Amino acid sequence: MATETTKAESKPVETVTVKVDGVTVEVPKTTPDWQGNPVPTTILQACKQVGKEIPHYCYHPKLPVSGNCRMCLVEIGMPAMGRDRKPILNEDGTPKIQKGVLPYDPSLPRGAIACATPVAPNMEIHTHSDNTKMMREAVLESLLINHPLDCPICDQAGECKLQEYSMEHGQAKSQFAETKVAKPKQVDLGPRIMLDAERCVLCTRCIRFSRDIVNDDALGIVERGSYNSIATFPGSRFENNYTLNTVDICPVGALTSKDFRFQMRVWFMKEAKSICTSCSTGCNIVVGSRENKVYRYEPRDNDAVNACWMCDEGRLNYKWVNREDRLTDCIIRERDGNQRKVEWPTLIKELSERLAKAEPGSVAIIASARASNEELYLIKLLADHFQAITDCIPRQGESDNFLVQADKNPNSNGARVLGVAFSEMGIQIARIDEGIESGKIKTLLSFGENITRVGIDDAMIGKLDLLVVSDILGSHAADKADFVLPGAAHLEKRGSFVNGKGRVQKFQKAIEAPGNARADWEWLRELVIKITGKQPADNLPGLFNEMSASVSAFNGVQWKDLGDLGVDINI
Amino acid sequence: MPEEFRLILKKADEPGYTPDIDCYMSHGGYESLKKALAIQPKEIEDGKTKTPQEQIRDEVMTSGLRGRGGAGFSCGLKWSFVDRRSGKPIYLICNADESEPGTFKDRQIIHKDPHQLVEGMIISAFANDVNLAYIYIRGEFPNGAKLLNKALNEAREKGFLGKNILGSGFDLEIHVHRGAGAYICGEETGLIESLEGKRAYPRIKPPFFPAVLGLYMCPTIVNNVETLCAVRHIIEMGGAEYAKLGTPRNTGTRIVSLSGQVKKPGYYEIEVGKVTLGELIFHENFGGGLREGRSLKAVIPGGSSAKVLKAGEKFNMKRPNKDGEMESVEVDMLDIPYDFDSLMAAGTMSGSSAIIVMDDSVDIVDVLANVSAFYAHESCGQCTPCREGSLWMSKALNRLTSGKGRKEDAEYLTHIATNIQGRTICAFGEASSWPVLSFVKKFKDEFEAKGAAVQPAEGEPNKEGAATAAK
Amino acid sequence: MSLNVPQTLEAEIDELITHYPEKRSASVMLLHAIQEHFGYVSKEAIEWIASKLELKPINVYELVTFYPMFRQEPAGKYVVKVCRTLSCALGGSGKLHGHICSKLGLDSRKHGLQTASDGKFSVEFVECLASCGTAPVMMINDDFYEGVSHERADEIMGKCQ
Repeated sequence: MATETTKAESKPVETVTVKVDGVTVEVPKTTPDWQGNPVPTTILQACKQVGKEIPHYCYHPKLPVSGNCRMCLVEIGMPAMGRDRKPILNEDGTPKIQKGVLPYDPSLPRGAIACATPVAPNMEIHTHSDNTKMMREAVLESLLINHPLDCPICDQAGECKLQEYSMEHGQAKSQFAETKVAKPKQVDLGPRIMLDAERCVLCTRCIRFSRDIVNDDALGIVERGSYNSIATFPGSRFENNYTLNTVDICPVGALTSKDFRFQMRVWFMKEAKSICTSCSTGCNIVVGSRENKVYRYEPRDNDAVNACWMCDEGRLNYKWVNREDRLTDCIIRERDGNQRKVEWPTLIKELSERLAKAEPGSVAIIASARASNEELYLIKLLADHFQAITDCIPRQGESDNFLVQADKNPNSNGARVLGVAFSEMGIQIARIDEGIESGKIKTLLSFGENITRVGIDDAMIGKLDLLVVSDILGSHAADKADFVLPGAAHLEKRGSFVNGKGRVQKFQKAIEAPGNARADWEWLRELVIKITGKQPADNLPGLFNEMSASVSAFNGVQWKDLGDLGVDINI
Repeated sequence: MPEEFRLILKKADEPGYTPDIDCYMSHGGYESLKKALAIQPKEIEDGKTKTPQEQIRDEVMTSGLRGRGGAGFSCGLKWSFVDRRSGKPIYLICNADESEPGTFKDRQIIHKDPHQLVEGMIISAFANDVNLAYIYIRGEFPNGAKLLNKALNEAREKGFLGKNILGSGFDLEIHVHRGAGAYICGEETGLIESLEGKRAYPRIKPPFFPAVLGLYMCPTIVNNVETLCAVRHIIEMGGAEYAKLGTPRNTGTRIVSLSGQVKKPGYYEIEVGKVTLGELIFHENFGGGLREGRSLKAVIPGGSSAKVLKAGEKFNMKRPNKDGEMESVEVDMLDIPYDFDSLMAAGTMSGSSAIIVMDDSVDIVDVLANVSAFYAHESCGQCTPCREGSLWMSKALNRLTSGKGRKEDAEYLTHIATNIQGRTICAFGEASSWPVLSFVKKFKDEFEAKGAAVQPAEGEPNKEGAATAAK
Repeated sequence: MSLNVPQTLEAEIDELITHYPEKRSASVMLLHAIQEHFGYVSKEAIEWIASKLELKPINVYELVTFYPMFRQEPAGKYVVKVCRTLSCALGGSGKLHGHICSKLGLDSRKHGLQTASDGKFSVEFVECLASCGTAPVMMINDDFYEGVSHERADEIMGKCQ
């Protein structure tokens, strides 16, 4: 057999040598564009790769380049070419550099927009020269002359690029001595978005996002010249399921979220890295909260999952966390209806005593595919002990061809790889129902789901010896349960999920759970110790690592390996 | 004696000359097209051949023809940049958006001799393997559009357009596309966007050079009406013969639009560089001088975006002496030869070859306010410096003309204009800032006088103002 | 309310669309055709054009607000455009515009298109009409008038019935 080299040789990355602020650097010849296709590296990308940020408004790495704001103008120099089309050399053999100047006025720089100008060999880029600063100051001054400067009442204050750059690159004073252009204010652009056209810098990020990312050509520019304004067609609404992303990418306070506006100053908020739980995509998010109250979700960059976007539905799905009907007490209920509020140690003690009496095979567990991997791991230990039938309740909904998945559970794959649920989620529910009807199943543990949703009614509950319900929000089942364990929302604890594509992602705690509600993995661990005698790790990373070591799908991935962006596993 | 030299407008104003095809053909029309289509492949060294298309392109290169729209870029070079290997269709667009204030030359061709343009376009399309071409005509020429459509229909009937033109195997369709009142459509990438059915926002270059990524992201040539007409004559007379017209590097003829305060405003076709600016204004063959009792104050030499020349301004220019050697001589603005390079050397441009003459009756601040109002109205608003700066300058100038000038306004205007030029997506930035920069620089005293006349606001004594008033 | 486009106009429009490899290109030509027929571009017209060209109404609305020749309100039977730009201004177009406005009882300082109370004439002070050598110039509908004195303007407008 002929020998053939099949060894995958990674091609060396072709580079271009450029000088950034006097320092010679090598940058890749190509860099991914907004769609991830390799294109000639631009000045802006090259500078970013060597740690130099060039200020910009209209450029966005995930949107087609527009080049309209001119904020990224930089002074450049190019190797001078002789008539023979070869570079002219200095005496020391280095290429002679010709600074870009205006052909009709060589005393002025001819800037290049860093966002759209590809680097060329031996190009000199000046990110902070006097000429670059002068061009930047001028652009800023232009942007500010018609800007209302209403920062004290603007929601963007604190995360406004106009504010930031004015501090870093602007002049103290504008020379503007005319009347400002009046444009539409408080425009109700759609169900979730307000527009203040006077604050707008016409960068067109919102237009490009909606047109090129969401494929909804809903926004446009109307009027002309200085009077240009963002608008929808009169009578049309900007209402696709991704509109709130435009608030994120709006570099100023022109587009604001109706949900968030006037609610909280951004600098007062605490941020936590988390995962959206509204579907199995698992968009990476940042949770903004203050004094234990969540104010907003914002998408967090993760190219493997959601780039820097998320859907509106998911983004606004946080308010239930503060709902009135949260379960906040540990309750033990007698069959005569008498109930006691107890503390956790009492509850765990009495519950484990009752569970100890359960016959193997007489126990069923309905867990939730919204629970974390660590929780499902502990539930699985309990299930194995009781030889219990387990399953989770599927949640199906609408999907789109962007970020929204039909599977509305954030951790279906976690439940599957941990053996709590199966390929077809919910397939065991009928068996559980039958078992209860036939009297074979005497004990039902429900973790994080409302079992009445899957047909377990009062009559069936009446047939059980023991019903244990742990949940976040109150339910009919919780009202009937013998033991009620108040659980914590994912915002109130740490953990990990496996998303629809098999990526393990962790989430951090953003706020404290209310009342006696408690991170589920903590009390599940106590139950496991009492009932099985096993000793799972007493901290969440340890628990994850233990789980990973025992479940082959996780392939030994360690908690620390997950980083902020997660790791793909084989599901 | 400086005289007109009519090449493109040779027939147009002859008595009895009409814009229909029979008249055109009885005056030798479409003979150049026949000549072009009859060109045979030519053997060159190494057994290679030059296609007829390449031969035509060579002729255009040899002719030295420079674009007549404004930038004066070599037509042959522009054609040479076209990406012919992309496999995509190549488009030709005739820029008939004539909209630079002061310019009314293309109007003459379109209304009086439309077939000349059509013939020039067919030849240019053939030379560049174009099968679909457009005439982008400004919206304010509705009758011009009708005439062009009529001309195209006539040409179609005679077999000069459509499939297999005159049996050559070459197919071409030309359509008239009307603009709708936006000056920026004269900018070639703005024109392309407009032709694609969008707001006429000029494209960033790089990467969108029309020769590679033009109409529908295909290679595209955009040429001015007069330029395309010249191609017809280049084929008729040969590139080398055409290059003998005019002056070296500034070959051929140009139609100059003369307007403003002269006795005989109008259009005059001249050999490029053979007539001076002063002759165009004062000679009896051209403008015939100013109105009685008036003296020259200023001249805008190349459409309103060109930098103004002040009467009496002198420039150092390289001129050949008696022995043919170049030497630097002082030249009065009126003695500048009317060509691309001389006006550029004088810090301005011949642009669209539109001369606007102002005599001493004008208020120069009013003139600039008028010009700036135009650019404020016409800025497309896409990029920051122009969107914000164009209206800013116009507002400031309106303030000056309404008696609210300040002493610092000359500097203020210069500051605004300096921050526009060279920082924008397209040359509109220069178009709007150059008038301001040049007017303010050259007539600074008049701008400052507007500031000095300001009355002190109530409760805010202004000693300088009061002193001026006392005088 | 939908737009009632006569068959002949629709046929003309369908033919225009064939001029372009991409339908969207026909937008401005369709706007001209619609405005010529209906006198202005209504919201319904924008929606009609958008659907004809498989676009979103905002795509067409962007154009209507960008290109100065399109109007969203009905105008008079005769639309008078007087050139405002430099050469015509030097030739007295400001006074000509003022004369026509005062004749029709309109405010010459107002921006944009104004329609006289009788609904017969609309007047607009527009940018360069590209006939600078015969200043001042004006257009009435599609017709062009050069070197227009006040008396000539009166005469021309008097003939508009």
